[in-house]
Amino acid sequence: MKYIIILFFLVANYSFGQEITSKSAKTSFSVSGVCEMCKDRIEKGALKLKGVKYVNWNIISNKVSIIYNSKKIKLDNIHKEIALLGHSTDLQKATEDTYNNLPDCCQYKTESIH
Amino acid sequence: MNKGLIFLFLSFFTFNIFSQELISGNVTYINELNIESPLEGVSVYWEDLSFGATTNSDGDYSLPSSTTSNKLIFKFIGFKEDLVEISSIKLYNHLMVIDNNQLDEVVVNKRKKTIQKSYFKTQNIINVSSDELLKAACCNISESFETNPSIDVSFSDAITGVKQVKMLGLESPYILITEENIPMVRGASQVFGLSFIPGTWVESMQITKGTGSVVNGFESISGQINVELKKPLTDSPVFVNLFSSNMGRNEINIHFNKKISQKLSSGFFLHANDNSKSHDENYDGFLDSPKSLGYNLFNRWQYIDPEKGLVSFLGLRLMKDDKTMGQYNDTMLNSSGDIPAIWNSEINTNRFDSNFKLGYVNPNIPYQTIGFQMAYSNHDQISFFGNRNYNINQDSFYSSLLYNSIITNTMNKFKVGLNYSFDRFEELVDTQNNQYLRNDRSFGGFFEYSYDNLDKLSLVAGIRYDVHNNLGSFITPRLHLRYMLLEKSVLRFSAGFGRKASNIFSENQNIFSTGRKININKNNGKFYGLNPEKAFNYGVSFRQGFSLNNKEGDITIDYYVTDFENQVVVDIEKQGEVHFYNLDGKSFARSFQIELDYEISTNINFKSAYKNYDVKRQFNSGFKQNPLTPKNRFFLNLDFSSTIGENGSRWKYDFTYNWIGEQRLPFHSALSSMNGYSKSYNLFNSQLTRVFSNKIEAYVGGENIGSYTQKNPILGANDPFGNDFDSSIIYAPISGSMFYLGLRFKL
Repeated sequence: MKYIIILFFLVANYSFGQEITSKSAKTSFSVSGVCEMCKDRIEKGALKLKGVKYVNWNIISNKVSIIYNSKKIKLDNIHKEIALLGHSTDLQKATEDTYNNLPDCCQYKTESIH
Repeated sequence: MNKGLIFLFLSFFTFNIFSQELISGNVTYINELNIESPLEGVSVYWEDLSFGATTNSDGDYSLPSSTTSNKLIFKFIGFKEDLVEISSIKLYNHLMVIDNNQLDEVVVNKRKKTIQKSYFKTQNIINVSSDELLKAACCNISESFETNPSIDVSFSDAITGVKQVKMLGLESPYILITEENIPMVRGASQVFGLSFIPGTWVESMQITKGTGSVVNGFESISGQINVELKKPLTDSPVFVNLFSSNMGRNEINIHFNKKISQKLSSGFFLHANDNSKSHDENYDGFLDSPKSLGYNLFNRWQYIDPEKGLVSFLGLRLMKDDKTMGQYNDTMLNSSGDIPAIWNSEINTNRFDSNFKLGYVNPNIPYQTIGFQMAYSNHDQISFFGNRNYNINQDSFYSSLLYNSIITNTMNKFKVGLNYSFDRFEELVDTQNNQYLRNDRSFGGFFEYSYDNLDKLSLVAGIRYDVHNNLGSFITPRLHLRYMLLEKSVLRFSAGFGRKASNIFSENQNIFSTGRKININKNNGKFYGLNPEKAFNYGVSFRQGFSLNNKEGDITIDYYVTDFENQVVVDIEKQGEVHFYNLDGKSFARSFQIELDYEISTNINFKSAYKNYDVKRQFNSGFKQNPLTPKNRFFLNLDFSSTIGENGSRWKYDFTYNWIGEQRLPFHSALSSMNGYSKSYNLFNSQLTRVFSNKIEAYVGGENIGSYTQKNPILGANDPFGNDFDSSIIYAPISGSMFYLGLRFKL
């Protein structure tokens, strides 16, 4: 019985401890995009990067908030990887090629009314 | 669905940008429940048509700011068109007002399904909304599953009129029934517990088929039913429900909710029921349904502080229920002119419940949460059935601590926690000196890992270790897997162990309404001399969605198996006797279900299911089909609701048909003409609701409209104190058609 309690506190402590030692960094920046499909692409793409723990992109504000392990990944790289998906960020523009590969509804630069 | 269609669909939500300057916001309206809710599909555009956008399902819109116009138009059919001057702000939220003058125009509104099955959840969970519960207007949870094919409802005996739920062919003790994730209907409240939760209190229910999550304990075997009650913050400030039936049943429900401050809300939920009419349609001298009087009071407090990430609930509940049953007093004299002894029965229940919950979400790290919950209840039942007594008093304490976080990223989540529970049972069975006392203490820890590859595969793997003073120490592993073969085509698999202590008397109270002599074949176990039950449940479920004539539908095929390693067998095969003993041999329940759901038109939904149960057990007298369990069942439900008119007025109509196949009957000399099997029969339920406005609605309905009843529900009724007396062999309704009407009112 005692072991269960000890185990519980060990696990809980370990994960809380992680945050306290502040390897975890929180960041928020703009990522261009338009729709739910963009949201999926940005969040899944970023989450699959090693060191990224949590991603949430807001359609309205075009802001992404990310929690990541600063020892495993550099912020620059996160910007670069998101731009590779076709979505320009504050610091990194997506190349024409990757942008043009996005489906029509995600082409955030186009000027048209639906 | 081909890709072109998806893009066309997505383009509805699309707006395009060419400058970085954006204006965005949220569009809402006041819905029929008086709650401000998002409005989808609203056109938002600049007066000079330079840019435009459509609100998404959350009511959100966003469009580039215009250099040529500062007037923004909000337009949606059925609502008043609005023109707003925007100066330099970037965020603008808008409230749309329903336009009652646009009577000629049609409001396009996609109907939300009242029973929702998810393509994305790992477990096979069916969500039942409060709208679905309204279809069975009467009256409490035990009666609300008639329109749901996953749960079967049957009568437990001809005296108490209590309805029993079954899942995957197994009785309710094998289902873990929780109220907001706290185990609720168990032990002393096993038989009547569901009937003590008034239907109007319920916000939603989640039904898990097959093994449940390890978080809620080791007890669930065939499935789990979780009941979410209404929350003071979101429920209407005042709600009244009145119900009356031609059988003399009257019910009233009143809710009061008040927002005391920005963070604190409180609610009072009151329920009372009364049935004072003697009702004996089949003239056997016994009441078909009990006379009853009961009330149920619930006060709950809700505290929310989003900035600090705190949520808390506190609830206090008091319940009293008195039932009188059996032969009614104005019984005729017998032939010799003596007044015969009358067989009557009373069940008097008092219950107190209290619970406290506290949740914390780290506002900076949204994936880290801690939850604590604690509940105490006392259940006291004093009852007699003829000259048999049954009293039970249970004190129950439950607490759990849960921590949620992630491993490396949010694709890998885990839950870890502890449970402690204490139960004290005090029972009196048949005679004064036959008492049973038992304390159950259990302490356990669990770890549950979930993985989601954000695409096709997700899994939940859980393990728990429990130390129980009477069950011993043991490990319970459980696994759930989901694989998406194609879009709208999902395969699910689950497997897991479950254990429970069998409270033989409280779970089988119908034996007291018989003359059967109780025999327990003790083998040094801790529960009435018997060993606990243990079972392994596994199953697969496949769901395929389709689109036909532009309308959505789906087919679900389930196959679940429960294999008992140990069980407490309730054996009523011998007339005049009931035997309880541990399983010696095989026992299983195999359930197959095929279900078809289809939206025939925007107004009509169709649902049907065929179910096959193979439930066999090793009895002392041989390996047999479980008695009173239909092998085949068919279910059909049609649900019509008219388009919403002025003030939210509409008609709603619901029709349910059940075909119940033949059932094996245990031997009884009074049933010898039936050759061991009951005949199959049909049941029809229907209800019509008229919603007059957002505030008031009336309903009428009928249950068992075809009036099919069991010919001889009480066997040996002429000698109720004899051994052959039996009211527990019930395979069909006892009373004929019941009609009711009622009124709902909310502010």
